[in-house]
Amino acid sequence: MLPPVFGVLFDGLAYGMLLFLLSVGQSVTLGMMNFINLAHCSFGMLGGYLTVSLMSRYGWPFFATLPCAFIVAAIVSVGLERTLFRRLYRASELDQVLLTIGIVFISVAIAAYVFGTDQQPLQLPHYLRSSLTFMGIRFAVYRLILIGLALAITVALVLGLDYTRFGARVRAAVDNERMARGLGIDVDRTFAITFALGSGLAGLGGALSVEIVGLDPSFAFTYLIYVLIVVSVGGLGSISGSLAAAIVLGISDVAGKYYIPQLGAFLIYLVMISLLMWRPLGLLGKR
Amino acid sequence: MALGEASISPRLHLAEQTRWRTPEILFWLATLTPYFLFPNYLSLASQIAIAALFALSLDLILGYAGIVSLGHAAFFGIGAYTAGLLSKYGWGEPLSGLVVAAFAAGVVGYATSFVICRFRHLALIMLTLGFGLLLAELANTLGWITGGMDGLQGIHTWKLLGTFPFDLYGRAAYAYALVVLFILFLFARRLIHSPFGLSLRGIRENFVRMPAIGAPSRGHIRTIYTIAACIAGVAGALLAQTTETVSLDSLGFERSAEIVVMLVLGGAGRLYGGIVGATIYVVARDQFSGVVPQYWYFWIGILLVAVVVFLPNGIVGGLTQLAARWGRK
Repeated sequence: MLPPVFGVLFDGLAYGMLLFLLSVGQSVTLGMMNFINLAHCSFGMLGGYLTVSLMSRYGWPFFATLPCAFIVAAIVSVGLERTLFRRLYRASELDQVLLTIGIVFISVAIAAYVFGTDQQPLQLPHYLRSSLTFMGIRFAVYRLILIGLALAITVALVLGLDYTRFGARVRAAVDNERMARGLGIDVDRTFAITFALGSGLAGLGGALSVEIVGLDPSFAFTYLIYVLIVVSVGGLGSISGSLAAAIVLGISDVAGKYYIPQLGAFLIYLVMISLLMWRPLGLLGKR
Repeated sequence: MALGEASISPRLHLAEQTRWRTPEILFWLATLTPYFLFPNYLSLASQIAIAALFALSLDLILGYAGIVSLGHAAFFGIGAYTAGLLSKYGWGEPLSGLVVAAFAAGVVGYATSFVICRFRHLALIMLTLGFGLLLAELANTLGWITGGMDGLQGIHTWKLLGTFPFDLYGRAAYAYALVVLFILFLFARRLIHSPFGLSLRGIRENFVRMPAIGAPSRGHIRTIYTIAACIAGVAGALLAQTTETVSLDSLGFERSAEIVVMLVLGGAGRLYGGIVGATIYVVARDQFSGVVPQYWYFWIGILLVAVVVFLPNGIVGGLTQLAARWGRK
């Protein structure tokens, strides 16, 4: 028999994987263009609402909605990037923060208008709601699948970044954007594709998170803060850093809520501030 | 323009900027009109004055020193809770309450300024956000002091100067908030037209180069951050005293975001930007949010995007540009 601490670790790991999916795109795009996109979680919210409405209104199976969430979030994000965001790559941080917070406000209002402010119900098929018991610990099947999926995506991202031509372009642009341009790399195009991929992953993360954290219009604000913590603690442009930060954050959040619930999110913020003061560029941040 | 003569010496340049101009005098006379034109909206007017004071304090650090803060409501909240608690436990005298609130916010501002002055860019934004969230969470946890989700109840503010009671119509409240706003505005105006204010703008433009010409960037940022915290504390205390209640959202993230919106809407780095932005924002919120609050968020979002894309210097900046173009013709 294992003590309950393993259950907490497992739940925290699953939660951390969710945060990783939501934030990895933000980390790479921020490292590449220094563009602070606070609207990143709005794409996650889009994915979540898409999954819920496809399932409840059109009776789609859960797994069929996931690619949909990915693709729609990616397309919408590229539309916004081409029309609004690209004007601000050279602008001040304040302008970037304001524009993207404006988009968060708009997305929250639209979600509240279309879907109402209630929590969205999600009817998962029966086999996903069951759980396995191993050495006295209950492992929810859904969380196991979530962890497996996130790990597969991490491996794909790391391999893609390290071994493909496109990945080399992305790394070059993150390391030194001007130099990459000088070498003839089309940084704008590379960035647009990366941005779409990152937002698509956020959409996927949003779709997967409905079962675990629920979905209402405040999602875009609540998880914005978590994503920013992951990005700033993990270090810009670092996939492994984001993964480490997301897992630490997920486990400490779940453990904090389990063992010292009266402290609430206090502990998380304290950890974030001390980490930032110690290493302002993040745990694995370069530069 | 008289730029030629004004730039002969720094002293003359500053003196030229400090001169009172007609639009400014007209503006402050206009703040008295609610008493004659909208006597039913005086409590709204006092809320505008409080928001304007809060925006002014943010302008000092964001507009002039270039510190983008997403946690400025922390100081507003500290001021509000200090004044509220003081009054709840037996000392409801408003003016001394303001002083104590300013002091409390200033102490916390001074303590955090040592961290703030060492960082720039994203880390700075994240740190201000983190401090704000930390404090909001702390206030939520310490429910036995702050009243938690229910807010701080049982505040009773004594008569202003021992003679004017705070009534439902907000006559005393508006006069009180307006006078405090005006005095602190004069202080801020003097401050930014001083050599210190000039060096703040220099720090905003280039943090590293200013020490080379003898302006200690970090020391100056510590000073202005503490001053801004004090003023934000006064604004919070004004709200607590005039509405006789303090709620948790007085130091939440939404409040911090809202004040940035007001300031940028009016125009950051301009003395009147915060006041104009606060006026438009609070009046619009009063008109719109009565129907459905979500619509209000939608319009705020549209407004933000529009300001960033079309009006980079805010409304006051746009008007100044228009006036300059008109003056040239």
